[in-house]
Amino acid sequence: MHLAQLNVGRLIAPIDAPELAEFVALLEPINALADGAPGFVWRLRESESDPALTYRHDFGDDLLINMSVWRGRQDLWDYVYRTRHLAVLQRRREWFQRTVEIHSVMWWIPDGHLPSAAEGMARLALLAEHGPGADAFTFRDFHGPPA
Amino acid sequence: MTDDLAAVAALHDPVRRALYDYVAAQGRAVGRNEAAQEAGISRTLAAFHLDKLAEAGLLEVDFMRLTEARPGPGGGRPAKVYRRAAADRKVTLPHRDYEQLAALLADAVHDLAADDRAVAAAAAAGQRLYEPGGWLAALRARGYEPYADGGRVRLRNCPFRLVAQAQPLLVCAMNLALCQGIAGGDANAELDPRPNECCVSFSKNNSD
Repeated sequence: MHLAQLNVGRLIAPIDAPELAEFVALLEPINALADGAPGFVWRLRESESDPALTYRHDFGDDLLINMSVWRGRQDLWDYVYRTRHLAVLQRRREWFQRTVEIHSVMWWIPDGHLPSAAEGMARLALLAEHGPGADAFTFRDFHGPPA
Repeated sequence: MTDDLAAVAALHDPVRRALYDYVAAQGRAVGRNEAAQEAGISRTLAAFHLDKLAEAGLLEVDFMRLTEARPGPGGGRPAKVYRRAAADRKVTLPHRDYEQLAALLADAVHDLAADDRAVAAAAAAGQRLYEPGGWLAALRARGYEPYADGGRVRLRNCPFRLVAQAQPLLVCAMNLALCQGIAGGDANAELDPRPNECCVSFSKNNSD
């Protein structure tokens, strides 16, 4: 089994606004860091050629969606919190609205499965509605792969 | 916990303590020959003490080839090597549990989105600890285990590990502020995390 994760954030301005220029400039190096990280399997991309493009979807213009697949918890944790990605994450309030909405979810998928954004958003809704469980969970309330 | 007490008691022997300190400071697997040489004792005695430390759970054991394979019997056989075990050992008498309290407070700060206040408090605490030229000694005294890595100073140990795992964004931001305060103008602290190490590294601002 592989670990899928989705996180969303509401941008403070349109993605091409000057307030987000620094953030957009960081997309390429940070995505490259993920692609080269141990245990990285796949991530949702808008474009194969332009690494700075964010994923386009029908869930609202201000919503930025990240989704990726990893070998397991430790690999994802080490990328998120134990690389230079952490410093970018620390600056999240410069670019994203403060929100009380649940913004991050994980779930297990069979090897080779590539989740859709709709699938990820459904898992997020599941987490928001029922709290953490085997089908939708967080680092804090982690659930191992089904036996 | 009685296990922790037994583990800590295993360090009472000064030779054993020196071996443990040496292995911990390397941040990599150490073989018996190297440890023996470092402690100035025989390989057999070093092996005895290293195995006692492993039994107590303070070191982890692995097997790996340390040198190029030599021709002949036994050449290139994997050697027994030792690393510091990751588990925390704590003995407080009478029992105290600041960790649980810290974790609860970290959750509260996170829920209040009061990170900035917590970071400011950490910066002020760091500044109070600043002594000109004394930042490395201060970091060492606080358990960060600083070591030189090229032109930078890295920290092998995160003193806040358990709480940092529960609230990494908050605790790492606080730690960066604390470290920058401790270093003052002597060094520049940067968020530069690595697996199993501290989230901060430094570049020195002048030779000291």
